[in-house]
Amino acid sequence: MTTPSTNWDYAPAPESTKVEIKTQYGLFIDGAFREPRSGRSIETINPATESSLSRIAEADAMDVNLAVVAARKALKNWRRVPALERAKYLYRIARRIQERARELAVLETMDNGKPIRESRDEDVPQAAAHFFHHAGWCDKLRWACPTSNGSAPEPIGVCGQIIPWNFPLMMAAWKIAPALACGNTVVLKPAETTSLTALHLAEILQEIDLPPGVVNIITGAGETGRELVAHGDVDKIAFTGSTDVGRAIASTVAGTKKRLTLELGGKSPNIIFADAAIDQAVEGIVSSIWANQGQVCCAGSRLLVEESVADEVIEKLRLRMRSLRVGDPLDKNTDVGAINSRAQLDRIESFIKLGVAEGAQRHDISDVALPSKGFWCKPCFFTAVQPAHTIAREEIFGPVLAVMTFRTPDEAVARANNTMYGLSAGIWTSRGSKAYEIARQIKAGVIWCNTFNQFDPAAPFGGYRESGFGREGGRSGLSAYCA
Amino acid sequence: MTERSEITKTWKLFIGGAFPRSESGRVAPVKDLTDRSGGKALAYAAQASRKDLRDAVEAARAAQEKWAASSGYLRGQIIYRLAELLDGRREELIEAVRMSGRVGKSKARTEVEVAIDRTLSFAGWCDKLDSVVGGRNAVAGPFHCFSQIEATGVVAVFAPEEFPLIGFLTLVLPAIACGCSVIAMPSSVEPIPALIVAECAPSADIPPGVLNVLTGLREELVPVVAAHRDIDAVVASVEPEMAKILQLGVAENLKRVRLVDPQAKFLEDLAWSSPSAFQAVTEVKTVWHTVGL
Repeated sequence: MTTPSTNWDYAPAPESTKVEIKTQYGLFIDGAFREPRSGRSIETINPATESSLSRIAEADAMDVNLAVVAARKALKNWRRVPALERAKYLYRIARRIQERARELAVLETMDNGKPIRESRDEDVPQAAAHFFHHAGWCDKLRWACPTSNGSAPEPIGVCGQIIPWNFPLMMAAWKIAPALACGNTVVLKPAETTSLTALHLAEILQEIDLPPGVVNIITGAGETGRELVAHGDVDKIAFTGSTDVGRAIASTVAGTKKRLTLELGGKSPNIIFADAAIDQAVEGIVSSIWANQGQVCCAGSRLLVEESVADEVIEKLRLRMRSLRVGDPLDKNTDVGAINSRAQLDRIESFIKLGVAEGAQRHDISDVALPSKGFWCKPCFFTAVQPAHTIAREEIFGPVLAVMTFRTPDEAVARANNTMYGLSAGIWTSRGSKAYEIARQIKAGVIWCNTFNQFDPAAPFGGYRESGFGREGGRSGLSAYCA
Repeated sequence: MTERSEITKTWKLFIGGAFPRSESGRVAPVKDLTDRSGGKALAYAAQASRKDLRDAVEAARAAQEKWAASSGYLRGQIIYRLAELLDGRREELIEAVRMSGRVGKSKARTEVEVAIDRTLSFAGWCDKLDSVVGGRNAVAGPFHCFSQIEATGVVAVFAPEEFPLIGFLTLVLPAIACGCSVIAMPSSVEPIPALIVAECAPSADIPPGVLNVLTGLREELVPVVAAHRDIDAVVASVEPEMAKILQLGVAENLKRVRLVDPQAKFLEDLAWSSPSAFQAVTEVKTVWHTVGL
């Protein structure tokens, strides 16, 4: 007699990878791809396989200058393009992103390591939505950002924009769409590990005949970014990334006329009250810390649970964590993909070691097999965490959750605000008035009640305190691009 | 009849609702700049030290949360009351502005009257900023999503050297109106109009610590403000080299900085009391709530 199979595992369901990746990419300056003057390039790899995807150019000071000159030259005409005509370019970009969505999603997953489910359902649709939403603003700026004489506001000018590797295409859209809607021109620097979707976006800009120089995309690492920040003919710097780099940028632009907006790190609290719908809250925890491998600036990396339900929540979380599928990001059933780089993986692992060393208790899915190549970190959470522990204070930027408890709403608020950051917060309760009162007391720029990690081009996003200043999205986001 | 000799006043600091001397014991003369012979001392003003500034930040921090939690309607009434009190001391204010030697009596009168009217304007903003700048965000999912305007927190203000009254009020009032608490450094050459505002503050029921006024040397106080990690925002109308020091302070704790041209014309332009007056002293908080059965 044969034993019935107990293997209920999913069969592999890989997304096809029909995406044309060139062996190398130049810099997108003044409407064309060109070889970097520097003559240097950087290899970009698939973090799930460690195999090479392509080589991208590394822009030096001369290259950065060429891009800024192109943006300055293009500004003269672009700012005078009638508003509805400007809108048409943005609408066309949105359309082309939608039409090339599958290609962009696959490319994003290969370059970043995030699950195809996320790039397909979140990153790429959000990128298209940002262009579509901002297209509609072009002719309405005089009402969105009124001036004292009633005329439409002027653009700021040439905007230098530096974006991180966690949501590469989506961040490019968040930066470029409002800048163009307000009549600015752009020099965008994507992160050196995840430049490919931005370079394919550059192809789209060519396809829709965006005037040359309106958007320039220059690839490179930290040095390229520093050159862009320090360039004397840039009118505004918009940066998304770590708080440390944000501080350095702020110091560089001090004493200049450059405008500055910073979207930086976080150590966001996710607060579960005993009267919450616990099953939904557990799903919320999963998306708050394990989506995108926890490499999210607004990740709910500190879980605050009301003591009376802590055991129940932790038990359910443990069960739910076991069901997460870690592995091939291109598999449509994958929940947790690869960490973006070796350097980031090392950083996450050092925090996990520190958490154990400082006395917190680690819970993970130790028996899950991981691929032999690539950068992998199993999702985990820590209990017995003290507020002074490093893992409760510092941004890890990985799938690592610190669980703490509280007894009263006042204690929850005090713990939630016990951080120098203030990017986001989650609140789970079935009482609406309580949710709004806690939301009022928490010092954070984005607060999700009975949900987490929701984004929309109409909703302003950005932080309090050391999570930066300025907003992206909605009317507040536009004002950051109007003089 | 013998001539009555004047009482030369020594103006003190305004910290946490009280009027202390500087802990350093320092005072400096306030000169009558209309006096061509070199400016005789009209009065004396305390010269704040870095310790005074730290005390003021503590007082401001202690007061801020409660002030921000009070209703916009209440804050509006308090600022309106301040306008009433300033109007009652109008002649004194005109004289104090005139002593700066920059304007004659009629221009001094205009500055004072526009300043009092601008105070009224800010009284009206307290319960309207949210409606004008915040609002519901039409997001694509099943969520009630709105953005509300909140106070940034503790704000340091460096008022311009010129326009000793209207420059001071134009930069201080937006912060107070939206629920911040303020440590304000008035014009160092002509601080008396701002010190009169400080003397009106308790009678207007501005809670202790919400407005603090420190007279003193700018070059001493600017670096302390820039480096202070419990100051959330700076609004400053200062010369470029001091502006740069304040901007470098952003790297300390990501404090928000609004710089105002020290040559700005504070009497003109409607933008002084437009929503743009609230940059750096307000934060946008976006709240999402699920919608469903």
